[in-house]
Amino acid sequence: MSLCSVRRLSVGYGDFKVLFDIDLDIDEGQAMAMIGANGAGKTTLLRAITGLLKAPDDSIKFAGRPIAGTPPHAIVALGVAMVPEGRCLFPSLSVEENLLVGAHAKRRGPWTLQRVYDLFPALLQRRRAPVELLSGGQQQMVAIGRALMSNPRLLLCDEVSLGLAPIVIKSIYCAFPAILAEGTTILVVEQDIGRAIAMADTVTCLQEGKVTLAGPPKQFSRADITAAYFGR
Amino acid sequence: MSLFAVVDPVMQGLLLGGMYALFAIGLSLSFGIMRMVNIAHGDIIVLAAYVTLVVVETLAVNPFVAMIVVVPSLAAFGYVLQRVLLNPVLGDDILPPLLVTFGLSVIIQNLLLAVFSADPMGIHADAVQTASIGLGGGLAVGVLPLIIFASAVAVVAGLELLFAFTGLGRAFRATSDNQTVAQLMGIDNRHLYAVATALALAISAIAGSFLALRTTFVPTLGPSKLLVAFEAIIVGGMGSLWGTLAGAMLLGVAQSIGFRYNSGSGILAGHFVFLAILLVRPQGLFARARRS
Amino acid sequence: MSLLELENASRLQHGVWIAAAALLAVLILAPWWADDSDLRSIAEFAYLVAIAQMWNLLAGYGGLISVGQQVFIGIGGYTLLILSLDAGISPFLCIPVAGVVSALFAVPIAAVVFRLQGPYFAIGTWVVADVFRLALDNVPAIGGGSGKSLTSALMSIPGWQREATTYWIALGLGVGLTIGVYLILRSRLGLAMTAVRDSVPASESLGVRVGRTKLLIYVASALGLGMAGALIYLTKLRVSPDAAFSMDWTVLMIFIVVIGGIGTVEGPIVGTAVFFFLRAMLADFGPWYLVILGSVAVVVMLKARRGIWGWVAGRFNFHVFPTRRRIRVNSLRSGFAEMPPSPRYLTE
Repeated sequence: MSLCSVRRLSVGYGDFKVLFDIDLDIDEGQAMAMIGANGAGKTTLLRAITGLLKAPDDSIKFAGRPIAGTPPHAIVALGVAMVPEGRCLFPSLSVEENLLVGAHAKRRGPWTLQRVYDLFPALLQRRRAPVELLSGGQQQMVAIGRALMSNPRLLLCDEVSLGLAPIVIKSIYCAFPAILAEGTTILVVEQDIGRAIAMADTVTCLQEGKVTLAGPPKQFSRADITAAYFGR
Repeated sequence: MSLFAVVDPVMQGLLLGGMYALFAIGLSLSFGIMRMVNIAHGDIIVLAAYVTLVVVETLAVNPFVAMIVVVPSLAAFGYVLQRVLLNPVLGDDILPPLLVTFGLSVIIQNLLLAVFSADPMGIHADAVQTASIGLGGGLAVGVLPLIIFASAVAVVAGLELLFAFTGLGRAFRATSDNQTVAQLMGIDNRHLYAVATALALAISAIAGSFLALRTTFVPTLGPSKLLVAFEAIIVGGMGSLWGTLAGAMLLGVAQSIGFRYNSGSGILAGHFVFLAILLVRPQGLFARARRS
Repeated sequence: MSLLELENASRLQHGVWIAAAALLAVLILAPWWADDSDLRSIAEFAYLVAIAQMWNLLAGYGGLISVGQQVFIGIGGYTLLILSLDAGISPFLCIPVAGVVSALFAVPIAAVVFRLQGPYFAIGTWVVADVFRLALDNVPAIGGGSGKSLTSALMSIPGWQREATTYWIALGLGVGLTIGVYLILRSRLGLAMTAVRDSVPASESLGVRVGRTKLLIYVASALGLGMAGALIYLTKLRVSPDAAFSMDWTVLMIFIVVIGGIGTVEGPIVGTAVFFFLRAMLADFGPWYLVILGSVAVVVMLKARRGIWGWVAGRFNFHVFPTRRRIRVNSLRSGFAEMPPSPRYLTE
C-alpha cells in the first residue's frame, strides 16, 4: 500500500528545472533509501513533498490525498515530518524546547518527550542545554526527535550522516528499527550506497533529476547501482 | 544647583521612560519575530489614542474601562492588517513591507486629519490625570506616570514569561530563528505573524490610551512616537525587551534634563543620546549576546 | 557578424529620444511662450522628477531605503538662505554650492546611519533629519522655528530674469539628474550598485567594494537633493525648519517612484505625471487626497510591484533608457533572444 506516491513530478527553481517526470512510491511501514550524487535532486524532491516547493497539482499524493499546493504546516498536520539537511535546529531554544516545537501540530501517537529520551538517552541529561553546546551527533538526535514529536506517518531524513564520525552515524542508524517498529515509514537520503542498502527495504536512485533505479536492493548488483548513481 | 534640580528631572525622566517603552515594545516584537519594521507604528499608537477618545465620549466611560474595548479592537485590526496587507509583501526583500507600512502611515495620519481635524484633542475625564504623591522636599511623582511605568514593567515581564514558558512563545522564537524550518514543524507562519502583529498592536493600544490620558494629541504626532520607539530599541540593544525598557528610561532622562535646560531641546537631547550610542556602541547597551 | 552582440538601442528608442529632444527645446523656450503659473508648474514637475530620481538612485538601484532624504533638501535650502542673505552670493550660484555642501554633510551622516542595517537604516536617516530640524529651530540667527524670507536677496534681480533663470535651473536639474542617473547606471559604479543591491556577499566575492559603493551612491544622491533643495526654496522664497526638513518631501519622492516604477529611470517621470494628475483631480478633497495617494502606492506595492513603467517595460519590452545590457543573439534567421536580468524583488 503506497503511503506517498509521486507521479510525473517536474519542479525547479524559476527557469531552472531540477526534477524531470519523477515517479516514486513509498510503501507504508517500509524504509526507503534514496541515493544519488550531489545535485541529483534529492533535497528538491523532499522540498516538494513537504510543500516548501510548489509542485504541480496531482503530482504528489499522501495517504490517497493530493497534497501539492498544500502549505508546509498543513502537510505536517497530515503526518509528514522532515529532518532537514544540516539539522537546522533552533539556536535560541534549548534541547527540550526544540523537541516541543516539533509537537506543534499536536498529532496524537506513540512519540512523546519521554519516548524520545528513551530512544536517545544522551539527550535526557542535556535537555536544558542550548542546542549549540551539543555534539554533532547529539544535535542530529535532537533533529530526529523533533521530527518524531509530530508523530509522523512518513519521516523524511535528509543526509542524517553528513559530517558525522562513523561510530556516531552507527548509533543514529540504530534508532531506525525502533521508529519503523511504531509503524512509521522512513525515507532516508544517503550518500553512502553501502549504508543505504544495508538499512533499506527499497532503494531509489536519482541522477540529474530522473529516477534511474528503484526496487528492493537484492534485485540489483553493485554494478547496476554504480551505473545508476554515476551514469554510464 | 539644588538637589531638587537634579533629582526631579531624573525621576520624571525615568517615569517617562515607561511611556516610551510602551511605544517601543510593539515595534521591537515585529522586528524580532518577522524582521519587519512597521513605519506606521507611531501612527497606530496615535490612532489608538483617538479610538480611546471616541470610546470614552460615546460610551461615557472611564478611560481605563475604555481600554477593555480599545485593546482588543486594535489587536483585531493588527491581525487583519498582517494577513491582508503585510504577509503578501513579507520576504527577503525589505523594500515592499517598508513601503507598504510607509503608505499606511500617510493614510492613517491623513484619515485622522480628515475625521478629527488638526486641532489638539485630549481626554479630561479622570482624577488620576492630576493626582500626585508627595515625596517630601518639594518632590512629587504623578500617579498616572507611575501607573504607566508599572504597566510597562508588567507588559515586559508578561512577554518574557510568554516567550519562555508557552507554546506560542516557543513558536515565536523558532520562527524568529528560521521561519522555513518552523513551517516544517507545523507552524503556520502566516497565522503566527498575524498573531504577532495583533500582540504588537494590543500593546500599542495600551500605549495610545495612556498617551491620550497624559497629553493632548494631534494626528501628525505618529512619526515622533515611531522615532522615540526606534531609539529606545537601538539604545537598549535589539532582541532584549528589558534592554528596550532601560533604553526608553535613558531616553526619558535625557529628554527630561534637556527640557529643563531649554524647552526646545528636550527631544533633541534624546536624539543625541541615540546618535552617541550608535557611534560608541552600535549593538546597544544591553544587547543579548547572539550565538549564531 | 558575431553571434552575440550587446544590444543598446532600438529604433523605437531613437524615435523617443528625438521626440524628447524636441520637447526639451520647446520647454527651454517656455519663458517666452508660457505664463507665470505654467512656468511654475513645469518647474515643479522638473524638480519633483529630480528629487524622485535621487530617491530612486538610492533605493531602486542602491538598495538603500531611506525615509530621511528630506535632510538634504533642508540642507540645500538653508545653504541658499545663509549664503545668499548673509554672504551676499548670487542665489543662482548658491545652487551648485548647496549640492556640494549637502554632499559634504552626507559623509559624516553616512558614518552614523550606515551602522544600522536594512529597515533600521530607513528610520535612522529619519532621526538625522529630525535632528537638523530641531537644531535649526534653536538658531535664532537664521530665523529659528519660524524661518526666514529670501526676498531681500532676490530684490536686485529683475522679475522676468529671476523667474526665467529659476525655471531653467529647475528644468536643468530635472533633465540633468535624470541623465546623470542614467549615466551612473551605465557606468562601472552602476554595475557594482546593481550587484550590491541583489546580493552583498556575491558582489563582495566578485571584488566589489560594498561599503565604498554604497557611500558613493549616498553622497551622489545628497548632491542632487542639495541642489534641488536650494532650487525649491528659491521658488518658495521662505525657508523654515519644519518645511525644509519636512517628511512631506520624502513622501513625495517615495510615492512618485513607487507608482511610476522603482528601479527604472523612466519611473520617476511617469510617477510625477501621475502625481500631478491625481493632485489636480483631488484638489478639493483636503487630507483625503493624501489618503488616496497613499492607497494607490500601497495597491501598487501589493499588486504591481514594478510600478507603471515596470509594467509597461515588461509588457512591451520597451525602454527609453536601457540601463540593462541586453545580449542579442545573431542567427541566420535574425531572431534574437534576450536574457533580462531580474532583480530579486521584481521576480518574487
